[in-house]
Amino acid sequence: MADTVKQPPVYRNIHITQLPHYRLPAPGLVSILHRISGALLFVMLPFVIWLFDASITSEVSYAQFTSLFSAGWGGLPGWFFKLVALALIWAYVQHFIAGLRHIYMDVTHATGLAFGRGSAIATLIATAILTIALGAKLFI
Amino acid sequence: MAQTFGSKRTVVGAHYGLRDWLAQRVTGVVMALFTLAVIVQILLPGEMGYDKWAGMFSRQWMKVLTFITIVSLLWHAWVGVRDILMDYVKPLGTRLALQVATIVWLVGCVGWAVQVLWRL
Repeated sequence: MADTVKQPPVYRNIHITQLPHYRLPAPGLVSILHRISGALLFVMLPFVIWLFDASITSEVSYAQFTSLFSAGWGGLPGWFFKLVALALIWAYVQHFIAGLRHIYMDVTHATGLAFGRGSAIATLIATAILTIALGAKLFI
Repeated sequence: MAQTFGSKRTVVGAHYGLRDWLAQRVTGVVMALFTLAVIVQILLPGEMGYDKWAGMFSRQWMKVLTFITIVSLLWHAWVGVRDILMDYVKPLGTRLALQVATIVWLVGCVGWAVQVLWRL
């Protein structure tokens, strides 16, 4: 095999102060949101496990689980925890749909620009609709 | 500097990330199936409350599926967080420390989740 690359191209991360000047197309937005939502879910993991623990262990703990969102906890009001739950819902839905997009692209070798753009916009719209729907169920 | 990429890459048996890449997809599919299983059971007739919710996770097949999902989450999150650390944290010592902290964090979470799952 002939050497087609002589010098490895050097890519550096753009500086954080340059970020506002970058026009990020939809696939780029989905890409960075995949990262942000994944990191958020990773950081919030103990809270999710606490919710699972409280919701399932006993009827008493289930009452604690529901009172977190109605009465609040530790001086923080219930709506604060609803907002946190909404952020988790958004992160899960975003990561889930963008993940399915990844799998679909890997399986079908869908690498075209048009598909990347269209599916990225579809991901953002579907995430927004599902997050609003689930958020309405949470708050109303 | 010696060229260690392209056709002259050093073959070290590290699979150049293929295993992690594949693991991330397989574990993602497992978690997607778990999500579907939860959604279908929530949508089944019956008022949502403690009895229905706890009943879902009292079935043995659901416990096993949840356990597989927890382990998949560990692996999936490890690959993902490692990707983030490799991209943004360049000093090797700091990166290694954060990677160790990630593993400790994830294994702790998995232990807790499994305990919750199986004491039911």
